[in-house]
Amino acid sequence: MTLAIELSKISKSFPGVKANDDINLKIKEGSIHAIVGENGAGKSTLMKILYGMLKQDKGMIKIFNDEVNFSSPKDAIAKGIGMVHQHFMLADNLSVLESIILGMDKASLKVLNKSKYTEEINEITKKYSMPLNTLSMIDELGVGEKQRVEIIKVLFRGAKILILDEPTAVLVPQEVNELFNNLKNLKDSGVTIIFISHKLDEVLEIADEISVMRGGKHIDTVDANTVSKTDLAEMMIGQNLPSPPKREKNSIDEKSLIINNLTAEEENGRKAFSNINFSINQGEVVGIAGVEGNGQRELAEAILGVYPIESGEIILGENSINDLSTRDRREYGLSFIPEDRQSQGLLMDVSLSENVILGKQSSKKYKTKYQNIKFNEAAVNSNIVIENFDVRTPGNQTLALALSGGNQQKFVVGREIENKPSLLIASQPTRGIDIGAQSLIWNKLRDARDNGLGVLLISADLDELIGLSDRIFVIYEGSFVKELDPEEATPELLGSYMTGLKT
Amino acid sequence: MVNFVKKYYLIILPVVFIVLIAQIDRYDQLTTSGTFGAAIRLAIPICLAGLGGMFSERTGVVNIGLEGMMIMGTWFGAWAAWMYGPWYGILAGILGGAMFGLIHAIGTVTFQVDHIVSGVAINILAAGVARFLNVVAYADQPTKSSTQSPRIDGEVGDFTLPYLSGGEDTPSFFGYLQDLDVPFISDMGGLLLGATSNLSYISIFALALIPFAAWILWSTPFGLQMRSVGELPTGSESLGVNVYLMKYIGVMISGGFAGLAGAYLVLESSGIYREGQTAGRGFIGLASMIFGNYRPLGIFMGSGLFGFADALQLRSDDAVHGLLILISLILLIFAIKQLIEKKYTIASISIALSIAFLIWFLSSETVPSEFVYFTPHITTLIVLSSASQKLRMPQKVGQPYRKGELN
Amino acid sequence: MKLSLKLTTLLAPVFALIVAFGLSTVMLYLIGEDPIETFKIMYDYGKTGKSIVSILNRSVPLYISAVAVAVGFKMGLFNIGVESQYLMGSLLSAALGAAVALPSILHISLIIFVAVLTSALWAAIAGYLKVKKGVHEVISTIMLNYIGTGISAYLLANIFFEKVELSTTAPQTDLLPETARIPSLNGVLGIEDLPNLHGFIVGAVFVGILYYWIVWKTSLGFDLRATGSSPIAAKFSGANPGKLTILAMMISGGFAGLVGMAPLTGYFFKYTTDFPSGLGFAGITVALLGRNHPLGMAFGAILLSFLERSAQILDLYDVPKEIEKIMQAVIVLSVVVAYEVVKRYVTNKQIKEASKAVADG
Repeated sequence: MTLAIELSKISKSFPGVKANDDINLKIKEGSIHAIVGENGAGKSTLMKILYGMLKQDKGMIKIFNDEVNFSSPKDAIAKGIGMVHQHFMLADNLSVLESIILGMDKASLKVLNKSKYTEEINEITKKYSMPLNTLSMIDELGVGEKQRVEIIKVLFRGAKILILDEPTAVLVPQEVNELFNNLKNLKDSGVTIIFISHKLDEVLEIADEISVMRGGKHIDTVDANTVSKTDLAEMMIGQNLPSPPKREKNSIDEKSLIINNLTAEEENGRKAFSNINFSINQGEVVGIAGVEGNGQRELAEAILGVYPIESGEIILGENSINDLSTRDRREYGLSFIPEDRQSQGLLMDVSLSENVILGKQSSKKYKTKYQNIKFNEAAVNSNIVIENFDVRTPGNQTLALALSGGNQQKFVVGREIENKPSLLIASQPTRGIDIGAQSLIWNKLRDARDNGLGVLLISADLDELIGLSDRIFVIYEGSFVKELDPEEATPELLGSYMTGLKT
Repeated sequence: MVNFVKKYYLIILPVVFIVLIAQIDRYDQLTTSGTFGAAIRLAIPICLAGLGGMFSERTGVVNIGLEGMMIMGTWFGAWAAWMYGPWYGILAGILGGAMFGLIHAIGTVTFQVDHIVSGVAINILAAGVARFLNVVAYADQPTKSSTQSPRIDGEVGDFTLPYLSGGEDTPSFFGYLQDLDVPFISDMGGLLLGATSNLSYISIFALALIPFAAWILWSTPFGLQMRSVGELPTGSESLGVNVYLMKYIGVMISGGFAGLAGAYLVLESSGIYREGQTAGRGFIGLASMIFGNYRPLGIFMGSGLFGFADALQLRSDDAVHGLLILISLILLIFAIKQLIEKKYTIASISIALSIAFLIWFLSSETVPSEFVYFTPHITTLIVLSSASQKLRMPQKVGQPYRKGELN
Repeated sequence: MKLSLKLTTLLAPVFALIVAFGLSTVMLYLIGEDPIETFKIMYDYGKTGKSIVSILNRSVPLYISAVAVAVGFKMGLFNIGVESQYLMGSLLSAALGAAVALPSILHISLIIFVAVLTSALWAAIAGYLKVKKGVHEVISTIMLNYIGTGISAYLLANIFFEKVELSTTAPQTDLLPETARIPSLNGVLGIEDLPNLHGFIVGAVFVGILYYWIVWKTSLGFDLRATGSSPIAAKFSGANPGKLTILAMMISGGFAGLVGMAPLTGYFFKYTTDFPSGLGFAGITVALLGRNHPLGMAFGAILLSFLERSAQILDLYDVPKEIEKIMQAVIVLSVVVAYEVVKRYVTNKQIKEASKAVADG
């Protein structure tokens, strides 16, 4: 059995953290090999080393029994390795053809041989049943198609080893099936596939062998047919996979939020969402499940006041807030945990002590009647947030950008909850952070809810939705298509409503 | 046909109006070959600057320093032309601009300085360097000054299309059309005659750069890599594109284009370097780049518009006066459109302005020279304010890029 | 060692000066002059009492102009139009000031009010175009510079110039009466033997304090800085980017209006085509030099004025005084680069410290 990849004693450190600690890994040719571990386990670092983006401090890499020394992805590509990133590396303004052939030729002034390339690409897409129109511009494609472009991109370069980094993070169950079929085809043609994921169900379905990483170390490699999900979970985090435990419903019949017939238009005339009707009680968590891009983000932003609505009414507590600015809405008790903490929730180059003011800079909380900001007050409050939400930082003068993602998120969640809102909108509150931070945030959300807060939870993490919500709505193409009781909701059921299979 | 008119009415109607107004004797300068010829000559520096801006922005670097690079083009162009001859002036202008492009690249790419701040600093530097060099270089000349150079002799030579435009003493078909005094046909004749007669070889060279730039960017691997750097630096790097190098090249090319524009200004229009002769054309070039949607043809059309405004301002005060009624008419059409869309406030403001311009037109003989002077600048402002098309800006323009920052 | 961000604001200009001096030394060598001699001549001339007064006078409008630009910078806006803003403000306030008679305090207040209002409104145009039409303010303010210059020239020559009354042919407004002039500080400071130190320097100090208070102390300033640092996060926190843009441009323009007040009420007393110009652009230089910091810009203004003043003497020694312009430009470029480098260093340090805290905690 030939080894496609052999990693021996790979180590890599960054200031303050040992990302890869003496990793030994053997990957068989023509197999689908999964690498699992939670965020921060070191999977991405290892893959970046394998793909030439990073250089290992110690250790050796052998590709098809040849020892290699990569100084850039170009070298890795030359050796037959292709990487499909979790966040697609595609440019909206380039065509499919241009995206695939980019970098193939040297940067010369000779004319591009577009027809030859198009022919070659079509051959590949036919061979693996992954149809693509080479003339389309990238921004015209759907998510699944874009992923296909990424795969074809590496196959076009003669990749014999495919690294897929969290490929199903953006796909719905049905698209995942399509992808797995494609991967099986590739495997049958002799391509070696490395599949990085933390979704154990999928990994067990598709992989032949599974390697578990934790805390920078390689824990074990097991046969996918014989290992159980619990075993994997234990190896991954040293304990059982947590999911938010079910709790009792606790809501009061006072309304935190009422949405009446809300409709909003996008720039091109399409409806972002239409005729949304629902309400949230105090002490209740309402979850919205949906594939990214079906209107839930726009809905959240519309309630916040940064996305314009066309018709309908938003009532916060007792007040209709349609005509109120975002600032006023926050004054009336709205808090918002944004999807992207770095660009939407924090001033990155500013200290935590100043960041705690964000959202309340015009309120009496931080503004004197002479228009001055109460910086001392802010410093005190930032320490409260840091304390209560376990934000690991040298102090409140640290700049936000110096913190890790998990700590940044904890700070943002803490700030928003400590503002004592009557309605909290949480958009992907635990995306991309470590499990420790995730549990803390879940606990805090649950505590806040038990104290009477109304929460609108938008998440792509179906386990999170089911675990935290008292009620779940599914949004599809801008409308609520179903309301479900979390007791009866499963990811599969949600998935079928989310993709419009069921109505 | 109707759809076509509807879509481009904002361009078609003014053109029609201009031709109509030009039928009036006093305003006939609006559409003569002289005006069009001047328009092309004045458009070219703006177009070159715009193309330069495009090369830079398509690799993701905002280049506000185009004006400074153009200034270097004027200074080095004048000096080299005065010392060695006109074509050396062109070469020196390009190199001078590219040199400042290099400085901008070092600042923005290697040191990650904010692009606009670097550009502003470049403009300041260029002004200072020009003054200093001028004093030093012409220290022994009788006309020594810090703000202008001695006069340049030597010409590049020009070209006139034979038979159609009367080159080399042949009959001029277009000239014949123009003299016919038939509406539209004569104006067409004027346009064609102006575009094809007395075109200096530099002009032809400069105009040829427009399709050349398009060809580079869209039909060569080099161009594809360049564009990808502005859209997706990290992705391109992982595919083996040398992002830093592409950015450097892009910014230096943009400096070269701006420098060429400067040299062109000196050699074509004034024959001398004078401080301030760029008069904001670097920025107008940027405007034409935005208006032209970062594509060569659009840039050419945008700069053509500004060149036309500039030409009128230089050649004929009467023609500028004629523009007043044009503006009045355009505002009226705009107001009607707003009325149809029930936007009553904007409509009434437009009508009020339209009437104001009409009154101005009727009650004056000429437009004051101070106002005529800023015709191209206010045209720029108006055009930019009304351009409402969907712009396809390179996605990662203006953002600092650090190598190895992948995911 | 805790290297704070405040320290970096000092390191960068120092580094820049070193680079600028270095480069100028090289250039002076290249053209056959002795750099040490040149610098000594400049310094000697610059430190005389007469020079110091001149330098202080010159730095007043420079500083105010820099503050105007800096207000915009703090929000990520580039107000390159300070030039036309202050010229128009000066023209209108000079014309109005000459036409009325009021007690001193009211008279001067009126002039200032007109100047500030005019330039604020002129700047607001660029702000409006940016918000409603997406026109980048760099281009719009530059275009407005040319338009404003043209309009001012026209107004001066045709409306405000009473040809018949005055006997000159160069367009100018009437002279400001005594009540509109701000007296010099020489009497107060006991330096009667030196040229006039213009009273408006007090105004400059006030401008600096006002700028500091608005930007760093107030809620509005927080919004401004937040929008400059991260426009989306600011929007999500409730800042209204459109309103803020126009407001910032107007405040910037308002400060710009004060730029011309120092010369107008201090020694020029009228508006002509020779009215001190170029201050708008020089202000950009000073703002970049001082990194938008109230004290940094003061230092920058004085430094630049010193360079300009001391270079005047070079003519007598046959050294091209334009070397000073290059020094200016090189200083700006090096400050800008140095600041980035130092900032990155400090940031990396912070990240290291923070990840240590995670590992330890």
